[in-house]
Amino acid sequence: MELNLSLAQEVIDKYKGQKKALIAILQEIQEIYHYLPEEALRLVSKKLGLPLIDVVSVATFYRAFSLKPRGRHLITVCLGTACHVRGGPKILEEFERQLGIKAGETTPDNQFTLETVNCLGCCAIGPVVVADGNYHAQTTIRKVSRILKPLKKE
Amino acid sequence: MSPKKRVKKLRHLSELESLINQEKEKRQKDNRPLISISSGTCGRARGSDKLAEAFKKALRQQNLQDKVILKVTGCHGFCEAEPNVVIYPESFFYQKLEPRDAIEIINRTILKGEIIDDFLYLDPVTGEKATKEADIPFYKKQKRLVLGDNPLVDPTDIFDYLSLGGYSSLLKVLSSFKSEEVIETIKKSGLRGRGGAGFPTGKKWEFARAQKSDVKYIICNADEGDPGAYMDRSLLEGNPHRVIEGMIIGAYAIGAEEGYIYVRDEYPLAVQHVSIAIDQARQLGLLGKNILGTGFNFDLHIAKGAGAFVCGEETALIASIEGRVGEPRQRPPFPAVKGLWGKPTVINNVETWGNVPIIIEKGADWYASIGTNGSKGTKIFSLVGKINNTGLVEVPMGITLREIIFDIGGGIPGGRKFKAVQTGGPSGGCLPEKLLDLPIDYESLTQAGSIMGSGGMIVMDDRTCMVDVARYFLNFLRDESCGKCISCREGTQRLWEIVTEITEGKGTMEHLALLEELAIAVKEASLCGLGQTAPNPVLSTLRYFRDEYEAHIKDKRCPAGVCKPLIRYSILAEKCTGCLACLRVCPQGAISGELKKVHVLDESKCIKCGACFEACQFGAILIE
Amino acid sequence: MIRLIMNGLEVQAEEGWTLLDTARFYGLEIPTLCYHEGLSVFGGCRLCLVEIGEGEKAKLVTSCTYPAEEGLIVHTDTRRVIAARRMMIELMLSVAPYSKKIQDLASKFGVTQVRFKLRNEECILCGLCVRMCAEQMDGRAIGFQNRGYRRKISTPFDLRSEECRLCGGCIYICPACQLRCQGPEAETAVCNACLTLEPTCLDYYDELQCWMYDAGRCGTCVREPREKKDSLVSPKP
Repeated sequence: MELNLSLAQEVIDKYKGQKKALIAILQEIQEIYHYLPEEALRLVSKKLGLPLIDVVSVATFYRAFSLKPRGRHLITVCLGTACHVRGGPKILEEFERQLGIKAGETTPDNQFTLETVNCLGCCAIGPVVVADGNYHAQTTIRKVSRILKPLKKE
Repeated sequence: MSPKKRVKKLRHLSELESLINQEKEKRQKDNRPLISISSGTCGRARGSDKLAEAFKKALRQQNLQDKVILKVTGCHGFCEAEPNVVIYPESFFYQKLEPRDAIEIINRTILKGEIIDDFLYLDPVTGEKATKEADIPFYKKQKRLVLGDNPLVDPTDIFDYLSLGGYSSLLKVLSSFKSEEVIETIKKSGLRGRGGAGFPTGKKWEFARAQKSDVKYIICNADEGDPGAYMDRSLLEGNPHRVIEGMIIGAYAIGAEEGYIYVRDEYPLAVQHVSIAIDQARQLGLLGKNILGTGFNFDLHIAKGAGAFVCGEETALIASIEGRVGEPRQRPPFPAVKGLWGKPTVINNVETWGNVPIIIEKGADWYASIGTNGSKGTKIFSLVGKINNTGLVEVPMGITLREIIFDIGGGIPGGRKFKAVQTGGPSGGCLPEKLLDLPIDYESLTQAGSIMGSGGMIVMDDRTCMVDVARYFLNFLRDESCGKCISCREGTQRLWEIVTEITEGKGTMEHLALLEELAIAVKEASLCGLGQTAPNPVLSTLRYFRDEYEAHIKDKRCPAGVCKPLIRYSILAEKCTGCLACLRVCPQGAISGELKKVHVLDESKCIKCGACFEACQFGAILIE
Repeated sequence: MIRLIMNGLEVQAEEGWTLLDTARFYGLEIPTLCYHEGLSVFGGCRLCLVEIGEGEKAKLVTSCTYPAEEGLIVHTDTRRVIAARRMMIELMLSVAPYSKKIQDLASKFGVTQVRFKLRNEECILCGLCVRMCAEQMDGRAIGFQNRGYRRKISTPFDLRSEECRLCGGCIYICPACQLRCQGPEAETAVCNACLTLEPTCLDYYDELQCWMYDAGRCGTCVREPREKKDSLVSPKP
């Protein structure tokens, strides 16, 4: 699959290639490709005049970035304290069981990526699961199938 | 604010004064009923946006869109009741609404003045209903200085903020305060940083002001990484101008011309509303060059976080804005002396900035009259976990934990028993029942082995295992540690390993001694606040819940029924009605039985996922 | 000149000196590991901790980063300092037990046990190699990646680095893989306690790729798939 790097170049140009905008640039590049491709990181390093290792350090330090391609659907389970106390880990286990992968992994057919987050700030409605940007409140073990079902059909 | 509304840039202080008065008068004279829909991120997750759409449609259908004001606001704070609306002027409070309720509310309450009983708040303890917001026990003991305007203001409309008297404090400062006077006022008020450390705000500003530098910065720390805390999110989503006003005043006080609001990546709605607010403030001339003709320049930018808890630490946050990894550095030099790009920088939390306008408005003495000797003003707490009334609670310092959890919070749901309350996030500790009468202020919480932190308050009941809680926090910290100091990086990892062994029944009494020794070393040897407070969850649970650790070690038992290797699931024959519910949900087929006959659980197949426990309506699943 | 009190003695420091500079000038010994005169300061190993201040407000700080301050009260060997130091060494040993340098520190400061599960990673993430590569050799081929317990030092994407000039500076300066130490083992006639490692490049190339005779462990030169040659060393019985 050919990678259109001109999109990444546009982002770099938008921020005028400023070193201090590195994180913002990486965020926008990730939004375009849904992850940070190696070639894009090399381009950023070259155009910003930053050593490649520095760009990779930043890209691997922050949780928001993924250097591996993500699946078509992104399921994020909140593991904040309030969600934990309300049974968040059991919800995660159920997703792991139903999708056959562990948190941080993508299904072999590239359909689902399962991730965790350390608090979305929606503690009152925990346990919270975000599926493709849609927030699900008060998730129960039984709701897991209901969340996955419509996504599996797409 | 409609995009077509032409905004004329204000060029003089007098113009701002006129505009505020004009908007205030418009609001006061507006007799139309107002429906305010609580619609922060969590409200939307429960469907408040669909409710808003339903209201809009219903009003249009009856041609009432100009006769009734519909406001989609930020979080009202009583999250348990969402989706909820407040109807003014009577301030009727309707809770747990569905989109189809919109039509009924318009027809009965708006058009006929009728109160709809079904939508009223019902107290789970007394069984009483409340019609008005002020009658609800959740709100009664609160003093909502900072969050109180959320139901009244449209966060995407600067004119709405002005109509509540917004930016009057900025006007006051620019008209009649010298920068030193602003600092004196903040010092006198006793305001302390609301982000966690509780450093006296006025003092911090004074240091920064005293530095001789052509360039200075102010930063709003909206990283809010503490799991369980979301008051900053609600303030930024619901009333961003309050924070911006505070920041402009702060910039004036210390002599900064540029500021950043560092918002964590996980808060897209807050980022959106802050962007809109900054844009509008610029258009109006409250940000930019020569603000209101005073010669004072100041502009604001947004910087987004990228998923790192450690970036809530001042120096790590600065590194992140500079485009580097969020590694804290040693202080001295402190950011007020040498911060962003080496220049004097004042970093304050969202809630701290939110307090500034009201201190200017009502005066330092008034503010200092609230709270305790050492901790002035109010604090917003996010009351979550095993509690009936989850939500954001703003109370004067000095109120007791008991009052917050039972009077405001309505106690523990399901008739269960209170066990502990965790404050201060991963840097804090768990406080037991015997400390419920502790008055909340910075010092008392620290002495008890916890901290105030950003205000997260997680309530736990008898089904929460305190060893598991310690393990949870250690897992969080070993992942979020930046990794520089071996004490923090390796220390939290080893603490986690030991506590994990205890939860698996492999713990020994020597482990407890080692835990304490290692915890103290991590606390002493680490560079930044993350490492220095990382042992708090372990140390506080060891201090108050040692018996639970010993049960895991000596009896190989988890009293709360949480740690999987130490528990077993079984079915209580006397309670089982044979309804097949658990059988159906068991993913391993470990339950067998027929309709109306007592079911049996095969422990060898049981993976303790909890699905059966969740499904059983008769309490027949026993976990021990 | 800045006047401060170190271990009860009044000492004088020049502008810009750290507590470590001051202590060393006066001959006071403070152990260090990630500190190197020719490289920038890091403050990650936490061995050089000293206690500053008095009473309740006394706290531990790394002397290699803390600047000398007028009137500061410093103690280099209090019970608190030594207890913390010992725990740091114990933590380091648990991940790099075969490092002679760390074993020596253990003996010197009274660390007699490792109570954590051994994880033989041979890297304590002190960052000396990273700083050596960047600052002295102007290479910038390796650096820190990830954070927390997943932190590691590697080349970008774990691939052969184009910037790496095979100078060997990283291995030269590494305290964990410099010298091996297994203690006396009398199993065979050859003790091998200070066994230096066979460079891995001989598995793939006809001659050593660099001047790193001590060890060829980094493997950055051989990550690209190549045909493996026969080993020069006969397998242990």
